[in-house]
Amino acid sequence: MSLLLERTLTGAGMWSGVVSRGKRLRLTDIEGGANVGMLLYNALERHERYNMPDTLKGQHIFYLRAPYCLHSDMGRLLASITEDTVGWHDTVCGHSNAAGVLAKYGDHDYQHARNEWYRNARDCFLIELAKWGLGKKDLVPNLNWFSKVVADEAGKLSFVPGHSKAGAVVELRFEIDTLVVLNTCQHPFDPDPEYRSHPVKLEILEGDAPALDDPSLTIRPENLRAWENNETYHALRF
Amino acid sequence: MTESTLDPANASYRHVIPAGDWWVHEIKRGETLRILDLEGNQAADTLFYSAADPTDRYSADGTIQAQQALYLTTGTKLMSTEGNVLLEITADTCGRHDTLGGACSRESNTMRYAHDKECMHACRDSFIRGAQEWKVELTKRDIACNINFFMNVPVSPEGGLTFADGISAPGRYVEMKAAMDVVCLISNCPQLNNPCNGWNPTPVEVLIF
Repeated sequence: MSLLLERTLTGAGMWSGVVSRGKRLRLTDIEGGANVGMLLYNALERHERYNMPDTLKGQHIFYLRAPYCLHSDMGRLLASITEDTVGWHDTVCGHSNAAGVLAKYGDHDYQHARNEWYRNARDCFLIELAKWGLGKKDLVPNLNWFSKVVADEAGKLSFVPGHSKAGAVVELRFEIDTLVVLNTCQHPFDPDPEYRSHPVKLEILEGDAPALDDPSLTIRPENLRAWENNETYHALRF
Repeated sequence: MTESTLDPANASYRHVIPAGDWWVHEIKRGETLRILDLEGNQAADTLFYSAADPTDRYSADGTIQAQQALYLTTGTKLMSTEGNVLLEITADTCGRHDTLGGACSRESNTMRYAHDKECMHACRDSFIRGAQEWKVELTKRDIACNINFFMNVPVSPEGGLTFADGISAPGRYVEMKAAMDVVCLISNCPQLNNPCNGWNPTPVEVLIF
């Protein structure tokens, strides 16, 4: 697979772009402890977006790992997880905001901090969304790659520190032309009292659409039916 | 479990939402909304919006984040996307409500059950109709992840997620007090393919005090 783009995102950085069907997006946690907040939209029909409930209930899981899929709110697949050395990624805890970052990490002004001025995930999402004509209405529960949060029997949540190690990789194959919006801000439950910059390597590679025996499609009958809905969409659209 | 101190005889508004139907109504700051499960095991799929600014709306992930827990019950603050408290649950005789499972849609029914289920009634269609009746400019973009009152979606410590048989029963209710003027949009779930409403959608009653 040829490499189309390679970029190192600093911690608390952001990126957005359209990645077409079949291409792969590969994220590498360079130092360990990274978090990548991500939102996904159908690039052509941007009201179609990543849907946390359909992704979870379609696959009877509370977290994500390979070879599971990321479902849209229109009964289709946006992407499949093709490689994953982490094994557990959160998608229910949302993202940080300005008030939370101020309360957790303290006040911090640009005149002194310069480019180390604290960012938060919500602002990063809104800034990148605006570049594609989207905004607050498009903020929905996001993915948090590399972060593990577990629930006890009563539903109480706990963040698992040190979950993602240096060199950890997760790779997505897009099943539809997709607008990807991401940032590398810390997970909102990260107990680290310090505001840390965890860099992430982003690569985009050429690839092909899956065959019918692809593990992402065979792991759940729901995934195969969603992929069949993609096929109908592509047959009508292109 | 927390019993209410309010007497239904004193409600200023009462309305029965028939099985499978939708309802949209404003609840003023300080008022209390009760949702009553009349026949048991019904799922009341519910969204809230700030009445003044519908882009400030119920946030499932914001609510989970604020309480660092998945299930909603007495004491849970229902948070908005702007970080505001919309309502707080003040009484609950069911004990657990879901906000992970979202709402069924005709499109997701094809994925979850079978392609030929597309023709069936579904919550997201009801949400879209209800939202349009409140403000015509609201569209599918305004339909976000919702609360499922009376629904049981247990998560295991190993990360499994199941749609379990309901833990509600006839006459159980949940009450919440509005911290700001809000609009409540309910789809009384028409789902016939899973046990969220015991394969038998039934009416719920809404009361405002």
